[in-house]
Amino acid sequence: MNFVAWKMLTGDRAKYLGLIFTIAFCTFLLENQTSIFAGIMKRTGSQIRDVTDADIWVMDPKTEYFDQTKRLKDTDLTRVRGVEGVEWAVKLFKGNPVARTLDGKFDVSICLGLDDATLAGAPRKMILGSWERLHEPDSVVIDKAGYELLFPDEPLQLDRTLELNDHKATIVGISDASAPFASYPVMHTRYSQAVNFVGQERTQLSFILVKPQAGVNPLDLTKRIENVTGLRARTSEEFQWDCVVYYLKHTGIPVNFGITIAIALIVGVVVAGQTFYIFTIENLKQFGALKAIGVTNWRITGMIVLQALTVGAMGFSIGSGLCTAFFAITLQNMATRGLVLMWQNVIGTGVAIFVVIIIASLISIRRVLVLEPAAVFRG
Amino acid sequence: MNSELAVQCQGVEKSFGNGGGKVLALRGVDLDVRYGEMTLLVGPSGCGKTTLLSVIAGLLNSTKGEVTVLGERVQRLTGRQQILFRRRNLGFVFQQYNLLPALTAAENGAVPLLAAGVSRRKAIGEAKRLLSKLGLSDRLDALPKQLSGGEQQRVALTRALIHQPRLLVCDEPTAALDAETGQTVMELLAAEAVRPERAVIVVTHDNRIFSFADTMARMDDGRVVGVESRSNFQDEHIFLPHHEVREEVRV
Repeated sequence: MNFVAWKMLTGDRAKYLGLIFTIAFCTFLLENQTSIFAGIMKRTGSQIRDVTDADIWVMDPKTEYFDQTKRLKDTDLTRVRGVEGVEWAVKLFKGNPVARTLDGKFDVSICLGLDDATLAGAPRKMILGSWERLHEPDSVVIDKAGYELLFPDEPLQLDRTLELNDHKATIVGISDASAPFASYPVMHTRYSQAVNFVGQERTQLSFILVKPQAGVNPLDLTKRIENVTGLRARTSEEFQWDCVVYYLKHTGIPVNFGITIAIALIVGVVVAGQTFYIFTIENLKQFGALKAIGVTNWRITGMIVLQALTVGAMGFSIGSGLCTAFFAITLQNMATRGLVLMWQNVIGTGVAIFVVIIIASLISIRRVLVLEPAAVFRG
Repeated sequence: MNSELAVQCQGVEKSFGNGGGKVLALRGVDLDVRYGEMTLLVGPSGCGKTTLLSVIAGLLNSTKGEVTVLGERVQRLTGRQQILFRRRNLGFVFQQYNLLPALTAAENGAVPLLAAGVSRRKAIGEAKRLLSKLGLSDRLDALPKQLSGGEQQRVALTRALIHQPRLLVCDEPTAALDAETGQTVMELLAAEAVRPERAVIVVTHDNRIFSFADTMARMDDGRVVGVESRSNFQDEHIFLPHHEVREEVRV
């Protein structure tokens, strides 16, 4: 009878294609919006993720996310270094100087000052140049997207100069730093240089990067650092999640995306449910005849579920394919770089689509199950 | 039960609704249907013919009385047993054919075998064989919408007979057909369906097909008011539907 179910489904070409289109549209919207949402949220922790040398970030106790920094005292670094289980701890500066090119193009940038001696915390992937050149005076490493923002349509080139808060800076390297939440250029330089660029304050230390000793659990060490120093210590992963949670709580981003996702779900359920329902109602007499002939309710339920799963699988595949193509294209775009179709979103959407088609088929199944086979004699 | 009887109804009552809205559709029906015969159930609209057919087919349970079909007291079977009983032993022909619009003639004819778990190839092959016998060898792959009413009813007849049922129930099989086509369908029904091991029950208003009956049971107001065998009812007006009788009286 699976064959009969398949033929019944594909026999009405318009409704069959309509159902597949609806599911595909629903899938595309869900995967697209949830992936972009997750990608944007992930960007809030890009600079944390780029630091692969250290596992722990130490900050002011009131700091909630990466862009919210309150300067620490230099003595805090010594105190952290003194905590048992710390392999090493280095300074990290974060500031937002204005970067200006010689032809006047400018933008706010994210300037990260790395420990002068070790350069710990630098992104490892260099596109052009080398980290070692950061030891040169007034040197910075800029990310590729930032370079293209400040020098649009120009080839990547080292030793170009720009101004950071009126201080001359020379580009000695171009990195592939992860895209930040806002499309600002990301500059890496030495700590002492960064302090110079941004301007003098009484204290300058934004974060302390900590590497636990071998065998020391980073989570345990964060607790120990907090107990000993009174500062806030988070593992890299925890800190990334802190940023995500902060943006979820304090911006309208989740509401905007949530509305689109809800609309996609509602449209999916309503349109797919209604089309499937109409499809079943139009075949009600035939289902009645099948029941009279001796096809069980279970078998008819199986037929309807098979039809629903078929259109669900086809629509989901097409929608996922479209979404993959979308991200393959937008990945080339500087503003949307780093936004990818995540497997978690594909699975989540698959579950949502499954629920949509089950709801759609249940509405139809109920109507068929309550149908008395004797009704077929009533003309 | 007499072994010659395919169906035996004794004091069958069927009511719908309850309280003030209760409608008694069958009021104590007694009816015997023999193997090897075509039995016509005739009577005016609303007299209970279709309800009785549904009760005999196990599609409705009677409120009172006993219905024995092919030696089985169908009302005592569970819902699932009734379904399996129908699948194995009953064939159906409906007034509106109720063919699946997306299936070809051969595929529609094969549905009962497919429902019974027979392989698609075997089921469709059997349907093609029977359709060819019924004169549709050149329409095997046609969809219902591409077939005339008579052709559709022949496909429905194939679907009803393909699994060799012992009881065939037909509800107004000629009502949607013109006289000539109706006659052809009834000729096929008489030739292909009536077998010594099978009983055929036909509900009809159509007095043009009375001549095909071996036995005719006239119903009125929820009761069987007369049962006549072929030798008795030929050329008699008593079995004409009421409006036909009224026409004759007026003349």
